[in-house]
Amino acid sequence: MNLTFSIALTHVRARVRQTIVGIVGVATGVGFSVMMAALMEGSQNDFITQLVDALPHISVTDQRREPPRQPSEDAYDAAEIRGLSTPVTRPGIKNPYAIIASIEAWGAGAVAPSVQSKAVLRFAGRDTAASVIGVDPRLEIYVSKLGTQIISGSLDDLYKTSNAIILGDGLARKIGARVGNSVALVGGVGRTVSANVVALSHSGVNQIDESQSYTLIKTAQILAGQTGLVNEIRIKTPNAMDAREIAMRVEAETGYKALSWLEANEDLMSALQIRNFIMYAVVSAILLVASFGTYNIISTITHEKTRDIAIMKSIGLPAKLVRRIFVVEGLVIGVLGVLIGWALGLAMSWGMAQVEFKSPFMDATRLPILYAPLHYAIAGGVALLASAVAGYFPARKAASLMPVDIIRGAS
Amino acid sequence: MSGPLIEARGITRVIDGKPPTTLVADIDFAMTPGEFVAITGPSGSGKSSLLYLLGLLDTPTKGEVLVNGVATCGLNEEARASMRLSQLGFVFQFHFLLPEFSAMENVMLPMRALGGRSEAQMQKRAFEILESLGLADHAFKRPDQMSGGQRQRVAIARSLANDPLVILADEPTGNLDTHSSAQVLAIMRGIVDSSRESDRKAIVIVTHDLDLAAKADRRVHIVDGKIAATPE
Repeated sequence: MNLTFSIALTHVRARVRQTIVGIVGVATGVGFSVMMAALMEGSQNDFITQLVDALPHISVTDQRREPPRQPSEDAYDAAEIRGLSTPVTRPGIKNPYAIIASIEAWGAGAVAPSVQSKAVLRFAGRDTAASVIGVDPRLEIYVSKLGTQIISGSLDDLYKTSNAIILGDGLARKIGARVGNSVALVGGVGRTVSANVVALSHSGVNQIDESQSYTLIKTAQILAGQTGLVNEIRIKTPNAMDAREIAMRVEAETGYKALSWLEANEDLMSALQIRNFIMYAVVSAILLVASFGTYNIISTITHEKTRDIAIMKSIGLPAKLVRRIFVVEGLVIGVLGVLIGWALGLAMSWGMAQVEFKSPFMDATRLPILYAPLHYAIAGGVALLASAVAGYFPARKAASLMPVDIIRGAS
Repeated sequence: MSGPLIEARGITRVIDGKPPTTLVADIDFAMTPGEFVAITGPSGSGKSSLLYLLGLLDTPTKGEVLVNGVATCGLNEEARASMRLSQLGFVFQFHFLLPEFSAMENVMLPMRALGGRSEAQMQKRAFEILESLGLADHAFKRPDQMSGGQRQRVAIARSLANDPLVILADEPTGNLDTHSSAQVLAIMRGIVDSSRESDRKAIVIVTHDLDLAAKADRRVHIVDGKIAATPE
């Protein structure tokens, strides 16, 4: 075996207690760094997923960013306009299916039309306000998670009867309705539609489950009193993070306001940036503290071998070989510590993932954990670097001394 | 080989400080093949400092040390280390063996650092040297499993590993009982006497044991860092 490795491994093997302390120190640092990174980034990803799932990636509505220019503004250099009235009914998106076809053509993602309206839901003498969203079940499953959130029935049950409705389970509970019951919907223009409850949905977010219901597009149009109305086009992009750019292109091409989930949650995303900074600061601090711990333990071990360094140098071993011995020692302890630290981090992450939390606003949930190889690589890399540096610098200092200085001190 | 193995020409060693301390001053010294030289002197006289300068463990502030005719003061530390490894052997008062290694491994260390021998050849040579010093039964023991005399003999064995021209010993019997001291001295005397004519070794030993010094071929007495007349 190479002389460097032979001496380094003999040192590591012979000083069992110190080696174990060194390995445990490195492993603890790596393990906690991995666990904290998994927890912090897991919770962040979970938060983003919830935001993404709650809304379509892009929502194209029948609104415009700027109010339409009046003819007088074009005709004259200056015009004062007063008393403009907004239409009572929503204008809807013109030629929605042509727009959908055009968006699909350049691969923006899955696209589905919908009708957003409000209604009063009446059942067994109880009234409650609800959002009624008209959807096309065949397309809706590609743009939202509604298909997977149906309980007691299926999304296709909307085709079962002429006026079928799916209620959020919280909403159904609020009015006491069940699958099979008939409820009355009173639209904004006073039109009343009788609808059969064919299924219940459960998103896990109480605010949504207590206020939203789903019908076929046609039923929602009748309720809004506007036949042929489509006032929202939902788009699910292949990559949620590309939603902003795609929304800008859709808006430029159609003229309608295209709101990405990122824009809709801009305030939350800003908060997320701060959270990100805190997360990286916390994980970096843990890594830094762990690195200092690693450095401290391994450099102490190296310091204790100062006399051995003098012996080796007095015999005539070159200084660079002596330095290499202690770097290898540091790395041996570092590698073993990193391997154990990875296992420890994985076990602690798994343990954290078993912790269950209950909230009055959400379903019971477990701590979100992200098992990312990058976390393991960074924690391991930093620990190995700290181990090598911790071996190198004290050994360099000791090896740079004249051996006689240490021999005089020792004798 | 006719020239001196080690030659010091007017070497002075001063340690910086307020005031500076002169360890050795203007010393001329030479040792020829086959010589057994004892350096004696009172404590703090500079005898160990002289040995370290002769052994290239320290660098003189002034003057020159030649090893086998090669001037060493201009050499960098790596070159001096290489010279120590191949041409010089050291024995210290405290054995200075690596505590985690067996006697065999300690003796093999300089051979492994120098290279040029197979693992089997190194093991064979290390065992032969240990055997010649009466340590065959202790070859695989660590220093903490041996007595002081045995450890010092292992240190001598290590100093012989690369077949050096000169062995420099700093108070090798300083920590040993009378019996062990006699044993170590006999071994050292034997090393010089038994070396081949074409490859005569030399030993320089620092001691304040006058009985031991009396058995050397020549005695150099140091007082206040300078060579003084040898007292009777």
